[in-house]
Amino acid sequence: MNRPKTCFLLFVALIAALAPFQSAINPYYFNILISIGINIILGVGLNLVTGYTGQFSLGHAGFMAVGAYLSGSVTVFLAPRWLPALGGGAAGETALFLLALIAGGLGAGLAGLAVGVPSLRLKGDYLAIVTLGFAEIIRVILQNMEIVGGPRGLSIPIRPTGLFGTYLAAALTVYVVVLLVHSTYGRGFLTVRDDEIAAEAMGINSTKYKVIAFVVAAFFAGIAGGLYAHFIQFITPEGFGYLKSVDIVVIVILGGMGNTPGVILAAILLTILPEGLRVMSGWEFLPDAVRGIVKNRMILYSLLLIILMLTRPQGLFSSGGKWTQKWRAMKRRGRA
Amino acid sequence: MDPKMAGHETEGPRMNPLLEMDRATVEFGGLRAVSELDLTLRQGELVGLIGPNGAGKTTVFNLITGVYQPTSGDIRFEGRSVAGRKPYQITARGVARTFQNIRLFGSLSVFDNVRAAFNIHLHHGISHALWRGPGFDREEREVETMAEELLEIFHLDHLRDAECTALPYGDQRRLEIVRALATRPKLLLLDEPAAGMNPTEKGELMRLIRFTQEKFDLAVLLVEHDMRVVMGICERIAVLDYGVKIAEGAPEAIRNDRKVIEAYLGE
Ligand SMILES: Nc1ncnc2c1ncn2[C@@H]1O[C@H](COP(=O)(O)OP(=O)(O)OP(=O)(O)O)[C@@H](O)[C@H]1O
Ligand SMILES: [Mg+2]
Repeated sequence: MNRPKTCFLLFVALIAALAPFQSAINPYYFNILISIGINIILGVGLNLVTGYTGQFSLGHAGFMAVGAYLSGSVTVFLAPRWLPALGGGAAGETALFLLALIAGGLGAGLAGLAVGVPSLRLKGDYLAIVTLGFAEIIRVILQNMEIVGGPRGLSIPIRPTGLFGTYLAAALTVYVVVLLVHSTYGRGFLTVRDDEIAAEAMGINSTKYKVIAFVVAAFFAGIAGGLYAHFIQFITPEGFGYLKSVDIVVIVILGGMGNTPGVILAAILLTILPEGLRVMSGWEFLPDAVRGIVKNRMILYSLLLIILMLTRPQGLFSSGGKWTQKWRAMKRRGRA
Repeated sequence: MDPKMAGHETEGPRMNPLLEMDRATVEFGGLRAVSELDLTLRQGELVGLIGPNGAGKTTVFNLITGVYQPTSGDIRFEGRSVAGRKPYQITARGVARTFQNIRLFGSLSVFDNVRAAFNIHLHHGISHALWRGPGFDREEREVETMAEELLEIFHLDHLRDAECTALPYGDQRRLEIVRALATRPKLLLLDEPAAGMNPTEKGELMRLIRFTQEKFDLAVLLVEHDMRVVMGICERIAVLDYGVKIAEGAPEAIRNDRKVIEAYLGE
């Protein structure tokens, strides 16, 4: 058994062991923990597209929406019929949930393929605009689909999303992205980001790599959407607007493009940050201007990003840091 | 004649040209960057392509590798036209190149630059990268060994884990050659590989080009401004001026060609 698989299985065993205690967690913290897990999936997935492959996508929330609505629909429409057949009870619910999640992931992955194949010829800003447009189209379609509630939203009767499911999906996302990238095959993603012309000249089919990155990220965004839908139990098209896409992009930029541990940290930080800000906006002794900024997350994000670009353009948790260099030096010595 | 024998003869690698440019032309707007160029390379040949600045040498490379499409004429590699093929498909057929303005993969280490270029020869794709069975490990080790061997030939092995952008100019140029060789080409296109090198490095480079050409039985098309390098290693030289081939022949003949001298003096 090799190291990545062992790490993955150890982590799964750990969350499986901790899962029974989740009911003891205060609902507020439980909420935050689940949100962190979902944001890790979204951030690490988008990092494959934007960080490792260098394709700027502003429509990640669109794939999340596809996954949320598709998996939500599976549960809403199939539960009454299938749940008895699956034996009812907790086991049946889990099986249906799994089915719903996979449907959501595959649906989003297909959407990724449909958007990616024609649009990945575009570069930079053009690609950002097309992906943004795609997410808006999804939102408008959902708003006009009466069967899933249109603008009123869709409520999901069950709440099977738990710590185990969420962190299993998060671990799976990290595992897939890290293993993909850390192989001779996966170096292709980075070459496309670094220099597409040189990549093609070395025999690398850059379109193929871009589409793969896009589809993998969309698949996991769909899973994240499914987890979210079965946690919040009420989804509206507005919840997957372009601000949500921006949130995910900010996670990737803050974490450092193509730096998975950094992106995980950024996902944690940016999930906790709004909570901290909410507390701060209640502090009477702060001047009104400060409280105003603190209340508006987007203003703060903009400021944060500007400061970041000026001081640490490689991301808050960049891989050029002291510790990573030490770690690399250690690995090198180990090999020699 | 025995038809079998005849077939044998035409199939012989040294009989058929590896690369045939057949009245290849490319125009940008009104400018004919390359005009009705005929150029043939056989397997194992080392041919120079020279000409004043802006003569169209790099454009010839871009035509052969599919970066540009010829507006008329044809380019055949091993008898099959490369027109309409994408650069990565042409590379897979056995054409590799270096770039005049170095284009290494800036965020990758020296080793990873070479490793990435082995990509087309992987038997194991995405599923193996994820599953990581014994086949994956074996192949990764093979790639590692091959990459290290190539780096060693070009004296870059001690820089294996260095950031490629931190390398001196000459090392970066040699790394580009190593990376191109990793695709296992039959034809190697070198665009001013000696630019920015000092005389010692140039001498060493000439030796290395000769060595790899023989070791891997490559055809090499060399664009180079340094005449000592070109005259020193090329068996045959073609001269371009304003996109037109004005001379072709052995180094001695080219050196004394009146048209060539005029083209260079008129610069
Ligand atoms: N994509 C392009 N669009 C328009 N003109 C181009 C393009 N590529 C090359 N050219 C023109 O074609 C001509 C030949 O350029 P090329 O780069 O091939 O010259 P070169 O022989 O490699 O010169 P040098 O020795 O300076 O490298 C130049 O006039 C150049 O401006
Ligand atoms: Mg040139």
